[in-house]
Amino acid sequence: MGMSAAAQFHVLAVDDSLIDRMLIERLLKTSSFHVTTVDSAIKALQYLGMVEDKLKGYETPEIHQNAEVNVNLIITDYCMPEMTGHDLLRKIKESNSLKDIPVVIMSSENVPSRINRCLEDGAEEFFLKPVQQSDVNKLKPHLLKSRSKEEEETQPINNNKRKQESSAPFNKNSYKIKI
Amino acid sequence: MEVGQMQRQWIDYTRSLFIEGFLDAQFLQLEQLQDDNNPDFVVEVVSLFFQDSHKLLNDLTVALDQKSVDFKMVDAHVHQLKGSSSSIGAQRVKNCCIAFRNLCEEQNIDGCLKCLHQVKQECCLVKNKLETLFRLEQQIMAAGGSIPLMELSF
Repeated sequence: MGMSAAAQFHVLAVDDSLIDRMLIERLLKTSSFHVTTVDSAIKALQYLGMVEDKLKGYETPEIHQNAEVNVNLIITDYCMPEMTGHDLLRKIKESNSLKDIPVVIMSSENVPSRINRCLEDGAEEFFLKPVQQSDVNKLKPHLLKSRSKEEEETQPINNNKRKQESSAPFNKNSYKIKI
Repeated sequence: MEVGQMQRQWIDYTRSLFIEGFLDAQFLQLEQLQDDNNPDFVVEVVSLFFQDSHKLLNDLTVALDQKSVDFKMVDAHVHQLKGSSSSIGAQRVKNCCIAFRNLCEEQNIDGCLKCLHQVKQECCLVKNKLETLFRLEQQIMAAGGSIPLMELSF
């Protein structure tokens, strides 16, 4: 079952710094990802099809879901004005339509409590800036795992073995904090 | 000057920038991201940094000149400068910013003013250094040569 012939992975990169957006875009494109960059968490949510509900904050009404947007991974800066990367992570994980998209957080500050909170709240990885090629190389496994999970879910119902399998929890302990 | 000589000059100059701490490994990362499809990537990012830092330094000058200094805002500007200098590998600027942030936390105005002066100097220095480097690169390419691959081995 070959994966390499599949469509390119689409990564949404969120960072308020233009320099960092340029960097992450080049790093991702070097790994053959298709990249979209936005400069705020709010724009990211809009891109993902979330529409503001003045009463309840951001949520995704069924009718407004942008069916054409197909984002396979979101990589976001932590420190951003108005809405942080952590807030963005929470909004994504609270959304039924978006919660399965892997989210990666980047930060220039090495704050263990911040890192742990992000990982506990569902971030797949936490990269310290400046992000390296070796960090970006860690993304493909998460994308391949998501893609194979998607493919499983579209299999015919008589494949009972799949239904009984539960996906192993992501091993967050494998993250090493850089000193 | 023939190409080989220019290339040796480029190598020596680049090496000196690393040894003197103006640049760190992140700068090499930038160079690795440059290729035939993105031949001006390094110059673009570096130019952007100097535009950005110019504005930030002006904002910092104004902010520290106020009767009642808003240290939170000063810190936010320095945080941004620290981030962008770190992203391009401008090590001395970055280190200055780290010291600057500590002084912000202490709300030490004199210290901050001294640091601001220092950051301005470091930005100026690294800008001149990089302009010299890019000029050398242009000369090499104009003469039909290519830029040597640089690796940190010290």
